[in-house]
Amino acid sequence: MPAPAPSAVHTTPVPPAAKRPAGSRWTWAFLIDIAVFLSVCAAVFGIYAIGRTWLGPVHPEAHISQNPRDLPLYALYSLVRIGIAYALSLTFALAYGYLAASSRRAEMLMIPLLDILQSIPVLSFLPGVMLAMVAIFPHNQLGIELGSILLIFTGQVWNIAFSFYSSLKTVPRDLHEAAVIYRFSRWQRFGELDLPFATIGLVWNSMVSVAGGWFFLMACEMFVLGNRDFRLPGLGSFLQTAASHGDSRAILWGVAAMIAVVVLLDQFVWRPIIQWADKFKFEQVESSATAQPTLLHLIGRASLLIQLYRRFFLPLINWLTLQFTLGAKRAAETFAAPKQRHLRRWIAYPLLAGVLVGLVLAVYYGAQELSDLRREDYVDLFRSAALTFLRVNSALLLSALWTVPVGVAIGFSPRLARIAQPFAQIAASVPATALFPIILLFFLRLRGGMEFAAMLLMLLGTQWYVLFNVIAGAMAIPTDLKEAAQVFRFSSWDRWRFLILPGIFPYLVTGLVTASGGAWNASIIAEYFHFQGKIVSTPGLGSAISSASDAGRFDMLLASTLVMATIVVLINRLVWRRLYRLASSRFKLES
Amino acid sequence: MSTVDTAAPVPIIEARKLEKFYQHPDGGRIQVIAPIDLGVFPGQILALLGPSGCGKSTLLRMLTGLSPASGGLVYWQGQAVNGDFPNVSIVFQSFALFPWLTVIENVEAPLEARGVAPMERHKRALRILDAVGLDGFESAYPKELSGGMKQRVGVARALVVEPEVLFMDEPFSALDVLTAETLRGELLELWLGHKIPTRAMFIVTHNIEEAVVLADRIIVLGRNPAHIHADFDVAIPHPRDRKSPEFVDLVDSIYRVLTHPGHKDDTAPTRTQVPGGAPKSKVVTLPHTRPGGMAALLEILADRGGRVELHGLSEDLGLDLESLLPTIETATLLGLLRVEEGEAIITHAGRAFAGADIQTRKTIFRKAALDNVPLLRQMEQALRAKSNRTLSEEFFRDLLDEHFSEEESRRQLETAIQWGRYAEIFDYEAESGKLKLTEI
Repeated sequence: MPAPAPSAVHTTPVPPAAKRPAGSRWTWAFLIDIAVFLSVCAAVFGIYAIGRTWLGPVHPEAHISQNPRDLPLYALYSLVRIGIAYALSLTFALAYGYLAASSRRAEMLMIPLLDILQSIPVLSFLPGVMLAMVAIFPHNQLGIELGSILLIFTGQVWNIAFSFYSSLKTVPRDLHEAAVIYRFSRWQRFGELDLPFATIGLVWNSMVSVAGGWFFLMACEMFVLGNRDFRLPGLGSFLQTAASHGDSRAILWGVAAMIAVVVLLDQFVWRPIIQWADKFKFEQVESSATAQPTLLHLIGRASLLIQLYRRFFLPLINWLTLQFTLGAKRAAETFAAPKQRHLRRWIAYPLLAGVLVGLVLAVYYGAQELSDLRREDYVDLFRSAALTFLRVNSALLLSALWTVPVGVAIGFSPRLARIAQPFAQIAASVPATALFPIILLFFLRLRGGMEFAAMLLMLLGTQWYVLFNVIAGAMAIPTDLKEAAQVFRFSSWDRWRFLILPGIFPYLVTGLVTASGGAWNASIIAEYFHFQGKIVSTPGLGSAISSASDAGRFDMLLASTLVMATIVVLINRLVWRRLYRLASSRFKLES
Repeated sequence: MSTVDTAAPVPIIEARKLEKFYQHPDGGRIQVIAPIDLGVFPGQILALLGPSGCGKSTLLRMLTGLSPASGGLVYWQGQAVNGDFPNVSIVFQSFALFPWLTVIENVEAPLEARGVAPMERHKRALRILDAVGLDGFESAYPKELSGGMKQRVGVARALVVEPEVLFMDEPFSALDVLTAETLRGELLELWLGHKIPTRAMFIVTHNIEEAVVLADRIIVLGRNPAHIHADFDVAIPHPRDRKSPEFVDLVDSIYRVLTHPGHKDDTAPTRTQVPGGAPKSKVVTLPHTRPGGMAALLEILADRGGRVELHGLSEDLGLDLESLLPTIETATLLGLLRVEEGEAIITHAGRAFAGADIQTRKTIFRKAALDNVPLLRQMEQALRAKSNRTLSEEFFRDLLDEHFSEEESRRQLETAIQWGRYAEIFDYEAESGKLKLTEI
């Protein structure tokens, strides 16, 4: 099921196999975390520094059409951006995960790094990345396009990398032994063992990541910084322009196009892929559920395609694999040779040294920048942080309040599930950011409208994830427990207290974690938005970030981003980790 | 019939002083497998027999290079091998088939690893699939196959590279009795009919009868640390009849060897001397069983007059060695029965246990446990010494860590806690990991 919440906080609990290395475990890991976190902050500053020093020439104002006839083209643009970003994310994630899983030393650094990078709100990078990319490519279009792709990439890659890494670490022992004893080459092991085993995890995580990607893409397409227009032609900007002008016809067409794209993507891309991925399920027995016939089945019957596949595609793949097997073996032999080890050292150490020097410089300049802040800035920051904190948690509470009863009702009744599922899925797949301008159009007429709008955006972006998880949790409660509750005449309250709430607890926690990360992320646009030529905002940390970038106050921008990142990471460690541990030790349903 | 050359047989694989130990952080070492000398001779099927947890799978993995040995060497045709092992294959207990590859792709995989061309490997794979009787199933996926068919694929895959020695790690224990029997027969047929170029087979099993049916030579392993307890030559001609006197005799002898009381298997491996330190006291190794199962065993014994032959008992109950021995060990440890010459004899306390109600049984068990299991006695005393009668499990884990590897000490503690709770010596709270003495 596509989930709309951006994956800014890691959605997967730490699997048991991905333990930290032993030996004075937690002090060592803690130190690494600190070191990595500092380095990341330094890197964040690096991006801003580049953006600032490379302020390019002013760009012509972007022209976004309001004509529904341009919608197919705009949809295409949006799809292409998502597609390229996803391809990049997948490749990078595979490489990252593989490296982290295969080298102990690399793992100790790369996984904490991934953890923290996942927690940093992606949208806070938006101004910096855009400015940097535009400075590199002074020609308007390319720079901004690359910027949006890069940003989506940042939002997607960590989730996928972690999924691949944890799959690699949990490869079944006997399959691994078979690969060793039958002398599989590195390539063969990757292609016939590691990658297939990881496929199902990769598919599901890709779906979640791409849904998150839409969220970020829409924000990118609407992006305006100060008096500079970084908007890109696409579905997001179309909706924003339409809302801006109050053009309800265009709004309806835009929303319809959005829904259409989402549904088409689901039917023609995700469903066939899920069907195909079933082949990689590591189950020894065939599951009894038969799937509905899909496009894959229809295509399968077209015999021309099969002929082509068998006659040209397969032999080509076989030949390539053979070449790779022999070639890789030869290459591995030469590369592993002792004298080549020196070569590797000569490459690795200077690289590492260069990175370290860069980081030190970045930390130094960053500290200098931060020293420009005055006392009232810090007070402001604290107040903003508190406000957004309240807003995020209220949104989470509101989500839980309606999704838990509804989710449990749907999860307990298969009939209801069948009816509700398609609606929920479509509603969930429409990126909330695309709807934000429309929401503003209605709410700004009310007093205190921005407050409501901000909270509504946060809700819209994150409640679906909680809902789907609660439904999954309710479905997972075994029938015999429900029957026991019935036979022993549990009252409604008892049922909730002893059966339902404990049963859905692990799933609820998973949902809330993702929702929380998404809400923090959403606050950056929810609290501060360019609309109808003016700026509408409500005080908060997200607003602080956006207004600082608008005003060109890089010290404030850096400080507020760091504060948000720190808060998210801290909540992650202190609250969600504990809840996960509680959930897996006490509330897990299997023995 | 063993077909060993009478003129100076050279073992294909030979292990000399092969051992496995864990280095304890403060100096001493925990010996898991004592230095073993073993030779696999051409023309022989060798069976490695022993109870679970004795290290036979580890030994197999050391002989095939999957797991490094802590000491000693493995020789291949007289040459010392270092890491890269020549042509061997393994058939796994869990089949180890790749679920996303078809049957033929699974069988072709080792050939692909050796760089054989697609046409050639397809041909060879088809040939071997035919030999194991899976003709027509090439394009099936493993999840469409039954357990027996999956293992056939496992065997086909192992044989397709024409290994010199075929290793099998409890190959039939995941199958039902009839299928296992069929596969055993077919394997023997391939071997005896010289239809495969394999020169020797090494089978790890815990099923005595399986070993006697298949092997030309049976090595019985004892444990703590693993060592060769006995070495039997099986001279019975094929086809072997399970009811024939030679067969039954051999099975009996093996049972006797395995249940021989007083052999040092009951005690934990003593730590090698730490320089300057006194040797630690011997700690009894607990067999990993739940005490509940023992009651049924004792009832059956009492029912049959107090003496029963172990072989007959296992047949009647339909249990194999794996399930029966640990329970017998537990009862022996607690003094509720004793084993003599392959017979189980109930003791006075055991008779009382068999005839009592639940509450009395608990009392008897409690007394027997405190009398015979030093660990439980220690735990009870330690808890009593504290004013709040509570201690954390980590405390006892540290005690055990000195005698067992980390994993084993965890399991020992788990078993001790189970027994302690059953005997109502103490209560255990899993979340906090605390033990609290039960006041009688």
